[in-house]
Amino acid sequence: MIPAPAFLTNPERFMAFSRWAAPMFGAIAVVLGVAGLWLGWSAPPDYQQSFTVRILFIHIPTAWMSEFVYACLAVASLLSLVWRQVLADAAAQAAAPLGAGFTLLTLATGSLWGRPEWGTWWVWDARLTSELILFLIYLGYMALRASMDDEAKAARAAAILGLVGALILPVIHYSVYWWNTLHQGASVFRSGGSALAPVFFWPVILIVLAYTSAFGSLWLVRIRGEVWRRRAEAAALRAARG
Amino acid sequence: MIIALDLRGVAVRRGGRSLFCGLSLSLTAGEACALTGANGAGKTSLLRAVAGLVPLEDGEIGFGDVEAGEARGGGLHLIGHQDGLKPARTTREELDFWSVWSGGDKASALAAAESLDLIGLLDLEVRRLSAGQRRRLALARLLAAPRGLWLLDEPLSPLDASWRARFGAMMQAHLAGGGLILAAVHDPLPITARTLEIGA
Amino acid sequence: MSRLGALLARETALAWGKGGGPLVSVGFYAGVATLLPLAIGPEPARLAAIAPGAAWVGLALASLLSLDRLFERDYEDGALDHLVLSPTPLELTCAVKCFAQWLATGAPLALAAPVAAIALGAPLNLAPLVFVCALIGGLAFAFTGGIGAALSLGARRGGLLTAVIVLPLFVPPVIFGGGALASYLAGLPWTSGLVLLGAYAAAFVALGPLFMAAACRNALS
Repeated sequence: MIPAPAFLTNPERFMAFSRWAAPMFGAIAVVLGVAGLWLGWSAPPDYQQSFTVRILFIHIPTAWMSEFVYACLAVASLLSLVWRQVLADAAAQAAAPLGAGFTLLTLATGSLWGRPEWGTWWVWDARLTSELILFLIYLGYMALRASMDDEAKAARAAAILGLVGALILPVIHYSVYWWNTLHQGASVFRSGGSALAPVFFWPVILIVLAYTSAFGSLWLVRIRGEVWRRRAEAAALRAARG
Repeated sequence: MIIALDLRGVAVRRGGRSLFCGLSLSLTAGEACALTGANGAGKTSLLRAVAGLVPLEDGEIGFGDVEAGEARGGGLHLIGHQDGLKPARTTREELDFWSVWSGGDKASALAAAESLDLIGLLDLEVRRLSAGQRRRLALARLLAAPRGLWLLDEPLSPLDASWRARFGAMMQAHLAGGGLILAAVHDPLPITARTLEIGA
Repeated sequence: MSRLGALLARETALAWGKGGGPLVSVGFYAGVATLLPLAIGPEPARLAAIAPGAAWVGLALASLLSLDRLFERDYEDGALDHLVLSPTPLELTCAVKCFAQWLATGAPLALAAPVAAIALGAPLNLAPLVFVCALIGGLAFAFTGGIGAALSLGARRGGLLTAVIVLPLFVPPVIFGGGALASYLAGLPWTSGLVLLGAYAAAFVALGPLFMAAACRNALS
């Protein structure tokens, strides 16, 4: 097994690393985001979809992020379960609300994009439906963590659930696509990278990178907050016992 | 059968605080040890750690020649505060099931019921039993399926004086047969036993 | 072997609960199947179109009901300690518990499912497929549901939490079973849905107990 770098496993080193890494990722996110948006806005409007195509600059990157964050959560869960890394647990805990946020943004922008395209706010399209179920999985994960008083037990139970989710997500994707082809007619949504004009390719890539960087920054900040909270609780416990 | 128990530098943490550390104890066949200590000192956690239910923060627990997985998978009995009995089932159903589950059979269950005066209660539902009768039914597991190490958490508490004496005789017989007992207690055990104070 | 037999008998008796267990599940199922026409309207054509799907979703919901008792009673009264301290691997113990759950509530629900589907207006020739789907689906619901039940041990409002955790796991079986029924009605090939449902159930019969055992050990620690 390859040993993990100390700045990710040792809380002291992690705090020192994240102190400068979090603002750095944040700055990168702003630069990339501004560049991506500027490129996107200056591109000519799509001949079919007119200006609404620009919602996809937000929609596609958030959809990508919602899955990427779950992958991060699952890896952190595995590390916390198998190698009992305390930081990995804090990382999984910190990632969940961010992932749920990206998922909610994806659903909202998908719905906004769908209104002029399909004439309704919601269509039971395979991608959107998968996204909705992913949102439910994030909710279940956060609900499990929130409803257990014993933190150590909550951490392990949540890690197990995180892994179950990672196992089940591909199956859910497959089943939802199977369902979609079964009930032909409901499927009108054929977007994604392939349908996107090449002129929009670079803006989307830039914004994906900007989001990833923003997530990295927020994630580090949240993990730091979690480390501080745990330290404060430990100190309070010591003080209570004199 | 387990004939030795060795605790070396055992430490246990619960809910973010350390209960005890550096705890060592060595028991051999025929020996009993009473765990004492204030409420919350970690007596129950130590028993559950020996049973492998609670993870150790540090240290080691050995069972002589018996491998730990084997010892915990059928080599020891843990009788805790809760008796694990279902109110809607009859005494006989519960006793028979736990006897078979623990490695005994229906005949040994009946013998255990006899020693603990449960024969008259066999067809009663568990919810109709008194606290002392329920405790005796819980303790019947010890006799229905012989296992080397008994981990007992306040085994005497709901028993009256005469049953305490009779259970003392049962513990004595278990020790005489080469068994080991580790018991968390507030009152002294009715048998000769070493004591280990936790959190002192 | 006698140990596992005794466990299966105990678990089935507890889940059966003197007939109360299946009665509650089937009663809930009947209630859902009754509420549906009341909400949608009694036109036979409209009801017939949704009958198989409604019968199938009702079944998934009814399967959720009894899940919170699967591990919680044994956890709360200390019996789970004794079940763990045994030569029988905890994974196998969990599998037997889920299987007993299926025998005591999944099988009665599978008998009720064709009745509900026909009452809602599905054609009579759909009944055998509804029964088979419900039987296989019930196995999938019991073994995925057990994961949620074990994970919510020791949590506040465990029953509700179990439902929130388990519902995403119910998505594929609901899709596969519903797809098989809809295809059959439309005269399309329907076996692939049934095969996928069977594969999903088999995968979770094999994998589910691993997660349940890990979750139970964590709850006891």
